[in-house]
Amino acid sequence: MILCLATSFSSDKVVIRVGAKHFTEGYILSEMLSQILEAKGFAVERKFNLGGTLVCFEALRNSEIDIYPEYTGTIAREILRLDNDLPFEQLDSVLNQKLGVRISRPYGFNNTYSLVVNPSVKLKTISDLKDHPDLKAGISYEFLKRQDGWDALAKTYGLSQQPVGLEHGLAYQALIENRIDVTDCYSTDGEIAVNNLVVLRDDKTFFPKYEAVSFYSAELQDEIVKEIDKLASSITESEMSEMNAAAIYGKKSFEVIANEFLLQKKIINIKYQMSNTEGDFVSKIVQHLILTFTALILAIIVAVPLGLWLYSRSQISNIILYIAGLLQTIPSIALLAVMIPLFGIGALPAIVALFLYAILPILRNTVNGLRNVDPLLKEVAASLGMSRMQALRFVEWPLAVPTILTGIRIAAVINVGTATLAAFIGAGGLGEYIVTGLALNNTEMILKGAIPAAILALVIEFIFEVIERKALPAHLRKR
Amino acid sequence: MTEVDVIGLSNYYGDLLALDNVSVAFGKEKITAIIGRSGSGKSTLLKSINGLIQPSSGKVVVAGHSLDYNNINPHRHRIGYVVQGNGLFPHLTVAENISLPGKISHLQSSHGLHRLRVAAGGARSGRSGVDPSRVNDLLTFTGLPSAYADKYPLQLSGGEQQRVAICRALYLNPPVLLMDEPFASLDTLTRRDLHQKMLELRRTYKLTMIIVTHDVSEATRLADDLLVLERGRVQQFGSREEVISKPANPFVKDLLEAHLN
Repeated sequence: MILCLATSFSSDKVVIRVGAKHFTEGYILSEMLSQILEAKGFAVERKFNLGGTLVCFEALRNSEIDIYPEYTGTIAREILRLDNDLPFEQLDSVLNQKLGVRISRPYGFNNTYSLVVNPSVKLKTISDLKDHPDLKAGISYEFLKRQDGWDALAKTYGLSQQPVGLEHGLAYQALIENRIDVTDCYSTDGEIAVNNLVVLRDDKTFFPKYEAVSFYSAELQDEIVKEIDKLASSITESEMSEMNAAAIYGKKSFEVIANEFLLQKKIINIKYQMSNTEGDFVSKIVQHLILTFTALILAIIVAVPLGLWLYSRSQISNIILYIAGLLQTIPSIALLAVMIPLFGIGALPAIVALFLYAILPILRNTVNGLRNVDPLLKEVAASLGMSRMQALRFVEWPLAVPTILTGIRIAAVINVGTATLAAFIGAGGLGEYIVTGLALNNTEMILKGAIPAAILALVIEFIFEVIERKALPAHLRKR
Repeated sequence: MTEVDVIGLSNYYGDLLALDNVSVAFGKEKITAIIGRSGSGKSTLLKSINGLIQPSSGKVVVAGHSLDYNNINPHRHRIGYVVQGNGLFPHLTVAENISLPGKISHLQSSHGLHRLRVAAGGARSGRSGVDPSRVNDLLTFTGLPSAYADKYPLQLSGGEQQRVAICRALYLNPPVLLMDEPFASLDTLTRRDLHQKMLELRRTYKLTMIIVTHDVSEATRLADDLLVLERGRVQQFGSREEVISKPANPFVKDLLEAHLN
């Protein structure tokens, strides 16, 4: 059933699956690739919102996606774990031999990492930071963890600031409001010029070159590779910065930004048709409900019979309930991350994660509902000559049903909420608005996902209340 | 003539000896009241008779058959059991509660698990083991209106609920009826009325009844025979008149005097 669902999104003809890194520039570049391919008549599936480098690369290597834009420095340092840069051709052949992936010719701009500060602190180079240990550093989570990230940088420059971690999309807001004094940035970030921020010069040339390239599976057909190569040497650093700024401040969608650029450069000549966002919205709700309820139904199928088996075995049941409780304490985003190496990206790992979350409330309420049946009634059942199965069928089960239904309702509501996070591993649903909105620092888009998700939770809560009232034993209803 | 024989019954709860070598021959078609203080072993003895408790040693014989603990359910269908607080199933209607023993025994016999022959005049069950006219007869007999059949237990008063519990215990027309403090939570008038019903019952159905009660005046009003227990031992077993006129020991004398004066 899970497999059916996971594959039902793909059709028989060749579909090129384009991934995107989870930030403004990633969306714009991936949208360009998609539109170039669509202009040539290829079918494209956009698998945007794939989190950071790790999620994207795992997806590429496991053939969950065929292509996504990446940066040479990131490939060398993060993926190949090299200490120095390689020339382009050498990098391509190493990737091809070792990992079965390739890179296209660079798009033309270098989006290096750097550090950025407010003009008021009057610093020019990264070395200047050394003399200001009291400045507050707020660093993106990815940069904190990277090999070419904060630790190595601080060591090279002898920096003593203790950074706090935060989401890259929110770091500029914090910087502008002076809540932090310095953060990491991509040199093409749209926020820099608009807010007159100062990019610190990398005076010890710590950072490698981060040239944007298409990162794709070596199995991709030549005719497709030829199409995406049209982006080679076509985007300058300032053009990229402007596009990023337009996405953040110009209130333009990245589809339109990508399209206008491609038209202007005469790479394609088809004007982008704004897709029907109503239909898109509905399909996201449908995806969301499919994720939630597939996981819920599977959890019911597993947890209710397990509860029936467990309730009279108190020792084993305590152990199993404890394990199910532990699962519940794993942060959702961590559980989703664990799913990627096991199940790849998309609906399947999300459903597995949601299934694991739904197990506990249903299992616990099944066990407790059955255990809490009045012992006098159990004694009477035995005295009437009922077998164990008959006592369960005629007495214990019907009296436990309301409690079990409450457990299912709790699981459903938890799942509706947690399913928003499934967008981080490309499972779709309302979470896509939230994840995209976070990346673009676009509150309106975040709310477009968050409010319907909250309403959905309320509606499900209400529907279950009605079901529970209907299923309540008649004696409790009539009073 | 005896219906229920308890022979050398002992039962331990852990280290606690709840019944100590108890042997009693309960008279056929008689009402026997088991009296004694709390913790004297009254309920343990009663539950041993329908096999809810398997004794540590000794045996129970009902109508000439020793209890077979590996196949106890046919035995339980021959014994009605009424508990304090009635133990009606709240999710079932009055009629469903009363006829449930019929449904259960029918399911078990039709599964080939047991051959169950209900005594003549018992539930003439149809294919489901449920006989609405039997339910109706029992309701009428215990003084409840037929319309109560579709009500739920919680819609009834405590006395009415206890009558329903008695109907349920009688559904399969068992030769033996066990009652554990059946009237303890009822008011005096309801209790008197039910005492009358019990005496009628015995006459109509030729029942052997064993009633556990802590209320000595109830026991002397209702019972033919009295069994006095203390610390799991039989203090005295005899006819009501005999026990009242000749208490076997100071304990029995004190127990009777404390309640009857």
